[in-house]
Amino acid sequence: MLPDEMLELRRIQSALLDVFGEYSYREVRTPTLEYADSLELGDRRSADAAYRFFDDRGELLALRTDMTIPIARLVAARLGEVEPPHRLSYLANAYRAVTPQRGELREFGQAGIELIGGAGPYATAEVIEVLSRALDAVGLKDAVIGLGNASLWPGLLADCGASAATAERSSDLLVGHDLVGVEAVLREAEELEDAHVDTLLEVIGMRGGEETIERAATFGGDRFGAALGRLGSMSSALGGRSIGHEVQLDLGMLRDIGYYSGTTIEVYDPSVGEIIGGGGRYDDLMGKFGVTLPAAGFTLYIERIHKAQIQQGVSGV
Amino acid sequence: MFDSLRKPGGPLKLAVPRGALLDETLDLLDRIGVETAEVRGDSRSLVFDGGELTLVTMRPYDVPTYVEAGAADVGITGKDVLIEQGDRPVYELVDLGIGRCRMVLATQKGDAAPSEHQRRLGMMRIATKYPRIAEQHFEKRGRQVEVVEVKGSIELAPLVGLADGIVDLVATGRTLAENNLEIREEIVTCTARLVANRVSYKIRSAEVDDLARRLREAAAEVESPEPGS
Repeated sequence: MLPDEMLELRRIQSALLDVFGEYSYREVRTPTLEYADSLELGDRRSADAAYRFFDDRGELLALRTDMTIPIARLVAARLGEVEPPHRLSYLANAYRAVTPQRGELREFGQAGIELIGGAGPYATAEVIEVLSRALDAVGLKDAVIGLGNASLWPGLLADCGASAATAERSSDLLVGHDLVGVEAVLREAEELEDAHVDTLLEVIGMRGGEETIERAATFGGDRFGAALGRLGSMSSALGGRSIGHEVQLDLGMLRDIGYYSGTTIEVYDPSVGEIIGGGGRYDDLMGKFGVTLPAAGFTLYIERIHKAQIQQGVSGV
Repeated sequence: MFDSLRKPGGPLKLAVPRGALLDETLDLLDRIGVETAEVRGDSRSLVFDGGELTLVTMRPYDVPTYVEAGAADVGITGKDVLIEQGDRPVYELVDLGIGRCRMVLATQKGDAAPSEHQRRLGMMRIATKYPRIAEQHFEKRGRQVEVVEVKGSIELAPLVGLADGIVDLVATGRTLAENNLEIREEIVTCTARLVANRVSYKIRSAEVDDLARRLREAAAEVESPEPGS
């Protein structure tokens, strides 16, 4: 990386850290190398970390795939006795597998926050406000914040009486964005009534403003209703906050990260063809490291933000 | 027009496949009121103003590449291409039912069945333009093959002994018959799909949904035309 690019990346990093600091999120650092076991404890999918190796005593180590699990481990180990909430931020590299020759980065920069020990929609709303301010600080005024809830899809499948096999197959296809495949699996599933299949397919495509919640209110049963209610409270909680970006409620959002338990977040920018950030609520993750605390956070992908800035001619931020 | 093409906003950009799928694709677009006369003409242009859509024409194999990157918001291409390019994440929205063809394993007439061949020799050589589909098919069944990638005239490979069989798309089966080949196994049936970029699907949801709905209806009309029409 040469000086010009380094300078621009530094500007992004410091603009983001400034915003995090204004909201009293203080920077932490964790090792690049983690025990593979502790990543796996956090999320089974993280266990498939692309880069794993043995140390001199035969312990299996891995390069971290994100910062949420390492910070959860850090808080459990070092801040267990301190009164929550913990407001923590980070600037770090993470490591993922790539397809060769695609310009994908094996090592990429992340900047984000974790609010550990803050429960419910009010705490999530704070995280989203920080996200919105962070996007402003790097000049991405057209970025859109997508909000979903991790319990919507599994809840609706359960309410409709889908078998475990149908749920797993359709969820894998939905994570892979194959809606034609989802429809085929649901139509083939003998345990599902036609009307239920129509509902499931309609809900996948529902994304928009607060009216989305009303339109879906008659669908599903108790489990879907409860998740929809939580997304509604989340959306209402944003009312009192200064959110300078369009918020899209997205009932079909299903992220490929296993630890999310409530609200899920994705960040889009019209000038970049892939998500530029994401996050959500992960109330069950801390417990796996021995300290039961609700938590939420987000991360932004530094290189993609840089790409968006260049596309839009943002400079000197 | 050229200035605005690289920027977000403006009409949705639809990647339209040239080649065998082109006519059926344009017929579907006609049905939903998109202007396609210029594309049908003999212009050398690659980009056309279709009114509510900008039509960007390209080879079917390139459609996932453009849509993944967001250079096109939406696109139409065959399921065969989507399987083959499975590592390019795009939303697969509608089965358009057009361009229906089968991906098959074919060998020369009179040869022993592929399973018999493999029983005696252990390994088969397969020539194909679709190495991933071929590999997946045999891997799932635990059969050992050597996949040889060729770019065209696949039927030639078994005739001159490059391969024991081929994995290829067939619509009518005429080319196979004329080259002394016959279908031994059907791998998958492929139709054209409407796909969308992951971000366009979210940010421009109203337009993408509207296009998907109209194309779904048009495709259903083509499959089961109303009496009298």
